[in-house]
Amino acid sequence: MIIRQISIFLENRKGRINEVTRVLADNGINMEAFCIAETSDFGLMRLIVSEVDRTVSVLREAGFAVIVTDVVSISCRNVAGALASVLEILAGRGIFIEYMYAFSQKETADVIIKPDSLADCEKVIEELGLDNR
Amino acid sequence: MIWNKSKECMSRDEMTDLQGKRLRKLVDLVYHHVPFYREKMQAMDLSPEDIRTIEDIRKLPFTTKQDLRDNYPLGLQAAAQSEIVRIHASSGTTGNPTIVGYTGRDLEIWKEVAARCLTAYGVTRNDIFSVGYGYGLFTGGLGVHNGVEYVGASVVPTSTGNTEKHLRLLRDLKITGIACTPSYALYLAEAMDKAGMTRDDIYLKTGAFGAEPWTENMRKEIESRLGLQAYNIYGLSEIMGPGVSYECECKDGSHICEDHFYPEIINPDTLEPLGRGQTGELVFTTLTKTGMPLLRYRTKDLTSLMEGECACGRTNVRMTRIIGRSDDMLIIRGINVFPSQVESVILEMPEFEPRYMLVVDRVNNLDTLQVQVEVRRDYFSDEIGTMLQLKKKLADRLRSILSISADVRLMEPDSIPRSEGKSVRIVDKRQLL
Repeated sequence: MIIRQISIFLENRKGRINEVTRVLADNGINMEAFCIAETSDFGLMRLIVSEVDRTVSVLREAGFAVIVTDVVSISCRNVAGALASVLEILAGRGIFIEYMYAFSQKETADVIIKPDSLADCEKVIEELGLDNR
Repeated sequence: MIWNKSKECMSRDEMTDLQGKRLRKLVDLVYHHVPFYREKMQAMDLSPEDIRTIEDIRKLPFTTKQDLRDNYPLGLQAAAQSEIVRIHASSGTTGNPTIVGYTGRDLEIWKEVAARCLTAYGVTRNDIFSVGYGYGLFTGGLGVHNGVEYVGASVVPTSTGNTEKHLRLLRDLKITGIACTPSYALYLAEAMDKAGMTRDDIYLKTGAFGAEPWTENMRKEIESRLGLQAYNIYGLSEIMGPGVSYECECKDGSHICEDHFYPEIINPDTLEPLGRGQTGELVFTTLTKTGMPLLRYRTKDLTSLMEGECACGRTNVRMTRIIGRSDDMLIIRGINVFPSQVESVILEMPEFEPRYMLVVDRVNNLDTLQVQVEVRRDYFSDEIGTMLQLKKKLADRLRSILSISADVRLMEPDSIPRSEGKSVRIVDKRQLL
């Protein structure tokens, strides 16, 4: 399914990530998944939370540069080879992945994908029955 | 509108005559009342009789900021203390501050030239005018203030430091004119955005901006965000304060009140006078000042004087925009870099806020230039590639304008310190000793 992801632009300086997590903590917001992509002078923190709008507004209030983008969330079995077979199918259908990250629970693993075409990717995911919600 | 047609539209011959007459009087004054100038002239084998016309000004010695410091606090004053009615002091970031004493007559002249500026900006007695320059030792606040009163408009001495109240007064008093630094004007525009106000909530129609160099792009930005006509006002406390030169409705160079402040352009290295149209250091002689008159004061501001008459009808010579200061010009890897060049590039690109900081350093004997710039909120991306492209776009543009490569640092909004007065935009970490 398509879900909304929050991205936060962060200058590389000590304690900046902590400032994000502190704002979230003070507002009782739990992260379901996140990842950080970094370059030599800045980073992007990408977050999945349940209350997107409230999270965006508290982060903006605190002065962060925040944007919201749609990404695809899929669920696959938490076993060796599960992701490989999904990605092979996506590649076979011509879907390019800009970035992705994953987090596993006991039985399953949730994977967040930013494809070049959201609509195409979602169609394939639905066909494969990997929709996780 | 023109405040003083007889002086602002004087024929060249009359002006030259007047300047020569005033110069003779000035040289007589400083020779007899300021030991510093008498000694300098004597050392050059010059006597007041050697100065007959304005052309003879080239024979006279220069005055530098260092001379003012060396004669701190009142060594260059020509008038007796009993004649001095006001004293201003300029910020001394290094060494002694510069102290300038004004006689009552000096203040009359200052008021007159400030009124010429305000009239050129369209200010009349029907306007309400907010002065957003600092009041106090800095000449900006009181200088414009007295000019506004002289024109007969209502002056609101807002000063700096209380932006929220300033916005409220702009709206509630239906203020039509404003004077402040260009960076404070942009700061006000930003504060307006944050307060949910638009240019339609305020009534400004004209603004006088100066006390720091600014660019054509900054003018466009200020005009569109505040909904007014933005004009340059130029001045420096050593010479007088705001009112030394001003733009008219043509916005094509700033007219110098040359009946009071005689301008020259020199090569800052050889001190040779340069011709019309050539860029160099601006030098002023205060033709009519009596408190602390100065001969050929080197402003360090780099500009040129323009040929030809202005469409507005004024004949007073115009100076082009200050392109930088001979002392804040950065020499990076042997190349001259002016902060104003960086600024114009940033202002051309909608992706960035008009805020930047230059950090110059020397790493392994090589000069480095880092340009820190804030990305506008609408232009952030969740993709690293897009952000890196943005960075590259600015770096490429800077390289083509500056002829050296700069390390661009993308910054979060509001992360570069704002200033309500003059902005500090350069950090030079090079230790050359």
